Amino acid sequence: MSKIKCFWLVMAVGMLISFAGSAFAKPIDIQWWHAMRGARGEVVQHIVDQFNNSQSDYHVVATYKGAYDEVVNAGVAAVRAGKQPHILQSFEVGTQTMMLSGAIYPVHQLMADKGYKVDWSEYLQPVLSYYMNADGNLMSMPFNSSTPVMYYNVDLFKKAGIPMLSKDKPVTWDQLGEITGKLVKSGVEGGLVTAWQSWTQVENYSAIHNIPFASRANGYEGLDTKLMINNDKVVNHVTRLKSWMDDNRFYYGGQKYQGPKSEFIAQNAGVYIDSISGIAKLKKAVKDFTWDVAPLPVEAWMKEPQNSIIGGASLWVFNGLPKKDYAGVAAFLKHLAGNESQIYWHKQTGYFPITLKAYDKLKADGYYAANPLQEVGIKQLTRRIPTKISRGLRLGYFIQIRNIINEELELVWNGSKTPQQALDTAVSRSNTKLREFERIYK
Amino acid sequence: MLKKRSYFKTRSLPYLLILPQVLITLTFFYWPAVQGVIASFKVSDPFGFRSKFVWFDNFIALFTDPLYLKSIATTLFFSGSVAIVSIACGLFLATMANRVLKLTTMTRTLLIWPYAIAPAISGILWLFLLHPSYGVVAIGLENWFGIDWNPLLKSSNAMLMIVMASAWKNISYNFVFFLAGLQAIPKSLIEAAAIDGASPFRRFWTITFPLLSPTFFFVTVMTIIFSFFESFGVIHAVTQGGPGGSTNILVYKVYQDGFIGLNLGSSAAQSVVLMGLIILITVLQFKYVERKVQYTG
Repeated sequence: MSKIKCFWLVMAVGMLISFAGSAFAKPIDIQWWHAMRGARGEVVQHIVDQFNNSQSDYHVVATYKGAYDEVVNAGVAAVRAGKQPHILQSFEVGTQTMMLSGAIYPVHQLMADKGYKVDWSEYLQPVLSYYMNADGNLMSMPFNSSTPVMYYNVDLFKKAGIPMLSKDKPVTWDQLGEITGKLVKSGVEGGLVTAWQSWTQVENYSAIHNIPFASRANGYEGLDTKLMINNDKVVNHVTRLKSWMDDNRFYYGGQKYQGPKSEFIAQNAGVYIDSISGIAKLKKAVKDFTWDVAPLPVEAWMKEPQNSIIGGASLWVFNGLPKKDYAGVAAFLKHLAGNESQIYWHKQTGYFPITLKAYDKLKADGYYAANPLQEVGIKQLTRRIPTKISRGLRLGYFIQIRNIINEELELVWNGSKTPQQALDTAVSRSNTKLREFERIYK
Repeated sequence: MLKKRSYFKTRSLPYLLILPQVLITLTFFYWPAVQGVIASFKVSDPFGFRSKFVWFDNFIALFTDPLYLKSIATTLFFSGSVAIVSIACGLFLATMANRVLKLTTMTRTLLIWPYAIAPAISGILWLFLLHPSYGVVAIGLENWFGIDWNPLLKSSNAMLMIVMASAWKNISYNFVFFLAGLQAIPKSLIEAAAIDGASPFRRFWTITFPLLSPTFFFVTVMTIIFSFFESFGVIHAVTQGGPGGSTNILVYKVYQDGFIGLNLGSSAAQSVVLMGLIILITVLQFKYVERKVQYTG
């Protein structure tokens, strides 16, 4: 008996203490669900701690909810149950779904409602434009943004007698053909490998050369958009890559980054196209050779190459939560976009700073002089004002469309289809998906 | 037959006793299944704010999509291969083991370990052996035998890899059941046949095999259900349905379209088709195969 009594006593005291605690500390909890694991998760936590320590009205709780798709699914389930977090990190391919969801509080509106006069022109435009609606209003706060660049093995280049590549001026695809040819001739097993083939070889290729990826301004201006990637230029590009496969100048290492990266690390391939987030990975993994970064190749006819487009994720604010919370959400977003957070974020993770101020400050501090690799991507991204075609892609069921493109490209690489056939099928299959998507929102 | 019958004094008590089980079944099996069937007749956005009843449109879209029909064929081929490989190997090993040694419980427990490995881990293990870039066996195949092994691009290689990874896990499971079945067969029967001059093969075929048929039946049903559903982990870890969709079996497609792609209507319709297919296969097995099964010696 006494044991039970003792237990109840402890419980009662415990409850009293916790009640008392909640009566003293009043900060409103702001929930943020994200997909940043490991080291990146720690960086996120550091930025959150800084915000929490800087004021006492709000307390941001950052929670890792799994990979991107898992975070989005957690968000969907939470909205359905009426228990949504304040902020959700969603990957760029989910932009259309989130935008049309009816569950979000557009960021430009939130900031205006809460009295923040944000000068959006001070932000990196190609980053913002991916998350703007057709009228140029920002729907979600860009968070982690990257872009593809080209890595090359300096030692193998030297051995093959190839001059080093410029960090500003891209090589042409024809030059890359010669370079990879020399590499193979010098005894390297393969020339070029690429990660995320749909993103790097179709989406970014189209943006850089200002080729429409889909009609209706890449889907920004209407749900009745149709894919247009079976145009001559993309078909020629795929045909060229396929022809390079014959003498191993190009070589397929898988849809994601793991396979191609391991080919580059094993020095089976001298050139490797992947996101700028590869810089950190290669720094850790490569011990026995030196490597460098160059901008993505460009066609010889493209005299003024456009900006490349981003990948990554942005932060969406859900609506339907207590009104008093939103001032805290806005304050936190402001903190995130602040110089200190942005510079820390860029230095720690390699993802782009999203404001020009942070970029200029980094330049002035000599960060890029000391870390020239980090600037290649940002220069490529900002080399021109984005056009309606190079500002981004806005497609429903985009994840499935990427998957379709990946599948059809694989059928080219293994010789089952010609590039024209494969891209025609990719377009018609994707258009079916786009019509299914359109039907939901009609 | 022994009569086993319990009597309850009150009529309600037996219902009360099965109530928890019924509740669990209703909440965790029937309710989601019914929800799935309802969702398959709708198109809706992921958040559930807009949804439209579209009758059979989702199903029509599926069955007019040549890629979906291809996925059904892939699934049947994959399950058939996994069943044949894992049952044949399991039975072969069990027959051999039964002849030479009496296994201790300890050994038997150890032999079932591969089954306890999660499918995804099993997939990763095989990937480490057979990945064209870093797989030990793959590099060996290429360097010593000159075989251009490349599951990233060759459909047949990819299929072989996932069949091996899935079957490997199931061999041990089937082995244990077959061994138990074999050891339950009275020695005297086989010895009598041997005295009458029956060859080992004939003894196996006319005595052991019929007596083993309940085990065989059970193992077949379990393996097919395994390969329909649990092989998901293997495929997710090894091929992600590639190359070019050639290992995209039904359950993986449901995941890709529903969880990743958030295309809920189509994914629900696919689940219903999958459910129908597995019901059909099980019914057929019970109807036609079970008749030939002998449960008592």
